[in-house]
Amino acid sequence: MDHNKKKAYLINAIAIVALYLVFFVLIQTKTMNNYFVGIAIMTCIMIIMAMSLNIVAGFLGEMALGHAGFMAIGAYSSASFSMALIDGGLSLPPIVTLVLAMIVGGIVAGIFGFLIGTPTLRLRGDYLGIVTIGFSEIIRIFFINFGPTGGAAGLKGITRLVNFNNVYWITIIVAFLIFTLGRSKQGRAIISIREDEIASEAAGIPTTRYKVLAFSLAAFFAGVGGSLYAHYQSFLEPSKFGFMFSIEMFVIVVLGGLGSLTGSIISAIVLTVLPEMLRSFSEYRLLVYSLVLIIMMIFRPQGIFGRSEFSLIAFIESLIQRKNVKNSIGGGEAS
Amino acid sequence: MTVLSAKNITMQFGGLTAVDQFNLELSANELVGLIGPNGAGKTTIFNMLTGVYVPTMGEIMLNDQSIIKKTPHEIVKLGASRTFQNIRLFKDLTAVENVKIAYHNFIDYNMVQGMFRTKKFWTEEKKAHEECMKLLDIFDMGEYADTLAKNLPYGQQRKLEIARALASDPKVLMLDEPAAGMNPNETAELMETIHFIRNKFDITVLLIEHDMKLVMGICERIIVVDYGKTIAEGTPDEIKNNPDVIRAYLGD
Repeated sequence: MDHNKKKAYLINAIAIVALYLVFFVLIQTKTMNNYFVGIAIMTCIMIIMAMSLNIVAGFLGEMALGHAGFMAIGAYSSASFSMALIDGGLSLPPIVTLVLAMIVGGIVAGIFGFLIGTPTLRLRGDYLGIVTIGFSEIIRIFFINFGPTGGAAGLKGITRLVNFNNVYWITIIVAFLIFTLGRSKQGRAIISIREDEIASEAAGIPTTRYKVLAFSLAAFFAGVGGSLYAHYQSFLEPSKFGFMFSIEMFVIVVLGGLGSLTGSIISAIVLTVLPEMLRSFSEYRLLVYSLVLIIMMIFRPQGIFGRSEFSLIAFIESLIQRKNVKNSIGGGEAS
Repeated sequence: MTVLSAKNITMQFGGLTAVDQFNLELSANELVGLIGPNGAGKTTIFNMLTGVYVPTMGEIMLNDQSIIKKTPHEIVKLGASRTFQNIRLFKDLTAVENVKIAYHNFIDYNMVQGMFRTKKFWTEEKKAHEECMKLLDIFDMGEYADTLAKNLPYGQQRKLEIARALASDPKVLMLDEPAAGMNPNETAELMETIHFIRNKFDITVLLIEHDMKLVMGICERIIVVDYGKTIAEGTPDEIKNNPDVIRAYLGD
């Protein structure tokens, strides 16, 4: 790890802790009421969902429109797991239960990602989009008709284990893992498939394997997001995980920039908070929301960041440079 | 020693026979040209040798191993890599990343080690970066390492594609029209580069080319195909004076 990288890691770590402290103080002093804390938690969950979808949509460059399905699998499986744990009388600390439930939710969703990805990834583009919609609908309809998890009435009585503290740090960890994935040999292989599949194969990349890997990983992290959702809402109903929810997540990723994780984070924040802010004039809410999207797609079709990442250290350096330039100009005038 | 051999490979697309009983033997460290008029089946032959198409009939051996029905990436691992007629780079990635992708099989860490940034990750990535930079330097492309592939000048893009093909450490390098779209200066430079890498990496080179100057200038042996069949084979001088070749190119 060279010096610059260490510096970048350090600055990012400071920024993350600082942001956490800001929220911590706001919540402790009750400046942020439960309503806003709720929005913050939902934002974190949507960040995880958008980033995980970005593995398939951004890195792999495939249209996956069934992300809500994997989220549902993660949510239901982790909720069932934690309920079984607690009913079984195991009194683990809440955070341990949550992490275990998350891992279970992630792995179950990941397995389904693998099972669905293996046959469907032979398809490309819009065809894959249609197939993934189909699978996520199958999952939703399965849960509507599946008695043990409450069917259409929903699954009640999930212990609420998620609060802002743990969801914040889990989001940071997931963001770190997806980010490092993108900059590893495996991530490069996945991105090369997006760039040119034939060339990727000719460069010695087992493309089928990496496609399935990307799909399963995306499903895994979607499952993690679903687990958090389940243990935050403490109530699950199948209708939440419909087609529109998948589209909502896809819109977040496209708006942030396909392949840009920082873009996904920012656009997840904007698109989760914006509808809430617009709640006061609810009649125009969807109108404004749609207008923002249309304007965005006209003026910046590649998304907020395109394919590049926002770098805090580069941003700070550019600020310092601008200041220096200003100072030197000022100095010139003085002399 | 034969590195790559093809016996009676035939490719039929429906009723059309694109390649008909083609034979090929490439010895170690040889530089062979494959020429023929447009539509003669040269690229189809390439696609069969690199696993893109499975021949309808025939046998292909690479280092004494059959590569029929192997996928392209498996064939790369066995030691044959290629470039494309229309450049196929990873356009939105930098030059050095393009090379690193082909260096993939020599980077030794698993996904978990990569995601958690273990020490192994850093050492392996550092090694990979150095090796790929070395390769770029051989092509005098070190200064372009961090340039996006799509922003490179045309000639550099061609060179980068060759560098990428070499990153997988092949025994046989197949170049599909490397000089297409190049001006005479660039072509001359490319000729030198091809000659140089053949000696430097001690590999066998098979190239398809339309530029006769380049083919006649560097190839030790030339195979001429027309309508999917070999019509002549020999040294450049023999080919130049072969009546069948003249007929194929100029007509009767």
